[in-house]
Amino acid sequence: MNLASLDQLWVYLSGNPLLWLLGTLVVFALAVRINKALGGTPLVHPVTLSIAMLIGLLLLADMDYATYFEGAQFIHFLLGPATVALAIPLYDHRERIRRLLVPLLLACLVGIAVAVTSTVGLSLALGARLETVLSLAPRSVTSPIAMGIAEQIGGIPSLAAGLVLLTGSIGCALSPWVFRLLRIEDPAVKGFALGLSAHGFGTAQAFARIGAVAGAFSGLAMGLTGLLTAFLLPLITRLLGLGS
Amino acid sequence: MPLIMGMSVLLTCQFLGEVIARGLTLPIPGPVIGMVILLAGLMVRGKVPRSLRLTGEGLLCYLTLLFVPAGVGLMVHFALIGRDLVPILVTLMVSTGLTLAATAWVLDRLNRRRGGQGR
Repeated sequence: MNLASLDQLWVYLSGNPLLWLLGTLVVFALAVRINKALGGTPLVHPVTLSIAMLIGLLLLADMDYATYFEGAQFIHFLLGPATVALAIPLYDHRERIRRLLVPLLLACLVGIAVAVTSTVGLSLALGARLETVLSLAPRSVTSPIAMGIAEQIGGIPSLAAGLVLLTGSIGCALSPWVFRLLRIEDPAVKGFALGLSAHGFGTAQAFARIGAVAGAFSGLAMGLTGLLTAFLLPLITRLLGLGS
Repeated sequence: MPLIMGMSVLLTCQFLGEVIARGLTLPIPGPVIGMVILLAGLMVRGKVPRSLRLTGEGLLCYLTLLFVPAGVGLMVHFALIGRDLVPILVTLMVSTGLTLAATAWVLDRLNRRRGGQGR
């Protein structure tokens, strides 16, 4: 095999969806290993690590995002059915939810109100651009929902998705300190707070670090917050006179 | 077959959700409406079919992986994030901490007032 054919091989492969589909899976598997080797610390989340490594690889290979996405879209597409599948844990815990419905709804509304007002208020006060503010607003919702909302209110979907991921990793890292500070011991409360503020990351963290009850309530909080925010946020931004 | 059946149910709900969202120009993403449709369906049916549980829980297990392609999209917005780097980082840290604390505090208080029932 001579050098020219290697070159042609790379041209063929790098434009082929297969390469970046495989690349995403391999990098993610590697990131999970690295996270385990570091003792599963919430400071280096596998997803954050995968994204950083993939961006590094793409920059090194001088590849643009559109080419990468041609391969990665097959993974991305599954977010839709996965969002629908959130109905399953909601259904499983319907008895407990019915019993705690009022406190859960109240806590959820307070959480969303604090999340949205502090995000919009702080980012405006610190002088962020309007499109940045609108992409930040849905940041504590799981990303398929956040992307849809950002699109609706005039933010940038992929920026919103990235900010959602940053929020998730920050939430996981902060949660042990916040819970210790407030002396929260009930796993259901911990899980619910994690799911509300750090969506899927928080839910994964709750299952892995706190336990099954925390995980279930976290999944519930994630679904409930997504649903309520999807209904409320477009109204809130319209009330505040932001965006379309 | 169970994977095909499960996936078909999920995609049907998503499809119906998209049709409703677009048709009525609702400000809600189609998959979210699909989730409500599936929940209503499960309530009516009274149980989760095995094929649906297999597919759905399989997808939810790898939920974090599914965020990766969209997250890599951050690279397109380096310029925009760079211009607003400080506001974005400060906002994310402070607001996420506040949200965690407020939610946990409210739920903990309400739970205690009910004498810890339902824990």
